[in-house]
Amino acid sequence: MPVLTVREALQQALHEAMADERTFIIGEDIGHYGSTYGVTAGFLEKYGPERIRDAPIAEAGIAGLAIGAAMAGMRPIAEIMSVNFSLLAFDMIINHAAKIYSMFGGKFSVPLVLRTTNGWTQLSATHSQSFDSMFAHIPGLKVVAPATPADMKGMFRAAMADPDPVIFIEHTLMYGIKGEVPEGDYIVPIGQSVLAREGRHITVVTYSRMVHLSLQAADILAKEGIEVEIVDLRTLRPLDMSVALESFKKTNRAVVVTEDWQSYGTSAEIATRLYEHGFDYLDAPIQRVNFREVPMPYAKNLEQQVVVTTDRIVAAIKKVLNRS
Amino acid sequence: MQKRRGATQAEVPAASSLRSTMTSTPFSRARDHLGDAQLVELYRQMMLIRRFEEKCQEMYTRAKIGGFLHLYVGEEATGVGAISNLQPQDHIFTHYRDHGHAIARGLNIDELMAELFGKDTGTSHGMGGSMHFADITKNFWGGYAIVGSHLLLAAGVALACQMQKTNGVVMVFFGDGATNGGEFYESLNFAQLWKLPVVFVCENNLYAMGTPIEVHSSVKEIYRKASAFDMKAMRIDGNDLLTVREQVGEAVEYARSGQGPVLVEAMTYRFRGHSAQDTQKYRSKEDVEQHRSQDPVLIFRKELIDAGVSSSADIDALDATIDEQVEASVRFADESAVPGNEWLTDSGIYAAPLATATVDPDLV
Repeated sequence: MPVLTVREALQQALHEAMADERTFIIGEDIGHYGSTYGVTAGFLEKYGPERIRDAPIAEAGIAGLAIGAAMAGMRPIAEIMSVNFSLLAFDMIINHAAKIYSMFGGKFSVPLVLRTTNGWTQLSATHSQSFDSMFAHIPGLKVVAPATPADMKGMFRAAMADPDPVIFIEHTLMYGIKGEVPEGDYIVPIGQSVLAREGRHITVVTYSRMVHLSLQAADILAKEGIEVEIVDLRTLRPLDMSVALESFKKTNRAVVVTEDWQSYGTSAEIATRLYEHGFDYLDAPIQRVNFREVPMPYAKNLEQQVVVTTDRIVAAIKKVLNRS
Repeated sequence: MQKRRGATQAEVPAASSLRSTMTSTPFSRARDHLGDAQLVELYRQMMLIRRFEEKCQEMYTRAKIGGFLHLYVGEEATGVGAISNLQPQDHIFTHYRDHGHAIARGLNIDELMAELFGKDTGTSHGMGGSMHFADITKNFWGGYAIVGSHLLLAAGVALACQMQKTNGVVMVFFGDGATNGGEFYESLNFAQLWKLPVVFVCENNLYAMGTPIEVHSSVKEIYRKASAFDMKAMRIDGNDLLTVREQVGEAVEYARSGQGPVLVEAMTYRFRGHSAQDTQKYRSKEDVEQHRSQDPVLIFRKELIDAGVSSSADIDALDATIDEQVEASVRFADESAVPGNEWLTDSGIYAAPLATATVDPDLV
């Protein structure tokens, strides 16, 4: 099986999507500039400006035009370069993309895929955020955040085939991550979580880039005889807790790792569901590992203390196992 | 009495090229172009909107209708005149004051009244209410309730029309209050930049909810805002049905020809409050009465009779038919069933519900 980076897997998925004549891509710097993170590099040359639409820096417009076009029979891909900029498009995403199907009595839908990125690298307060829980809070949206190159390809395919609006969350620090990717038609359904690693002592429930950090933490702990089971949720809405609960019933202990602020964040929902549906299996309080709750500082020494690190995941696991 | 020229229906060119006849009026030109029966039809649409909404007000008072109720009364000439230029492949987006546009586009008033009553037979199965009428079989994409937001969706449908080469035009209605927000400017820029077939129709009724235009906009002539985008724009008398029809007709043909969007500012006035609860402290009764004395529906009614297009007795009979139709819509709505609880599950929220439900089945 070919080994691809996340970026290459996404490129493959986007090329597949462009085979549908109804599909066009609209976003900032996707064409002439060559794409900020390189995902759509070469697309303008291949598909032309009619279908690779360099947009003004106007996020509401990018989302709004894509929603309208989707309603009228196109299958657009809207790219919001950074999730931080999506705040300017929230009215379009929340009041429109998410509502149109039910508000008009199911007479028409919004088959839109909106790609965006989480991420940070000394970008300071307004360029280092994650709004996963804000998207996942909204009935009417489907929200996915794959971790592996294979899932990037397979879930993008599923997103494009879906008649509902799908928020496709990528991560700027994941584009170079490599993995095996099946060739040809490969679909990973939305709304299905998966085991990323088997273990019997503790369950880590996570998604997106935190899957990779959790795997590193598990490697470290394996040397101490601690077997960590890791659940990759892959989809945030609808949230499939079946794999996590099955694992939790086996290990009786859990750590939830998410790259956002803790209060009212995705980890709050995940931990609550574990408590609600797994209370009888609980041997220790669930621990969460998240961003420290401050606007992201620029200074590297401070930034490193805010973000989730492998060390912090290891420490949290040990705390729950009472082995620190 | 207007003198009818000799052209037959088939020979009549598009409304846009008729203005060169200097001695004629919008009324005489429209009469030549459309014929008497179509003029009466436009009157019928305006009066149907008027009577439908008067009935809405009554039903609201009787608590048959809930939520917000924003009436279009007084602005009928703008909606009917503008929409009369559209063809079946064209599209409409509008705001929360959407009853008039829906009726002008020919939506079934039984289904509209049922929507207001929150019934399953409503245009949106009772999920939307007054602010969210829609019918995609007529490319009527609905009323939207976040001021200015739907302009971007309209531009998106116009982009689809352009890419799909449907020759369709999108007409989008909004108020003067919508022209101060960012979504207005983004939509104008996108539309002009990409030469999208959009006719932006600003219904300038002089108030953003209850805030007068002198207080809410740095530029009082809304059409001038298009100049920042090198966009074609016009300001018209929105209370004169056939002026609206003629001038917006030019805008529609301009957009259809691929030359780009047009901003039309139609000067109009709403006779009722912003919504049914509005006490209208922001304007005087005298001002409202002054405008009511220039009622666009009654003026056109008089024009039809004076010009001999229709007799007073025939118009009275038509009005009676409209009243019966409105009464029938109330009976239909009353007798219809309420929507089922499936609307509270994933199948009501998603076109393709997934195996994993988002609505917790254990919810108590």
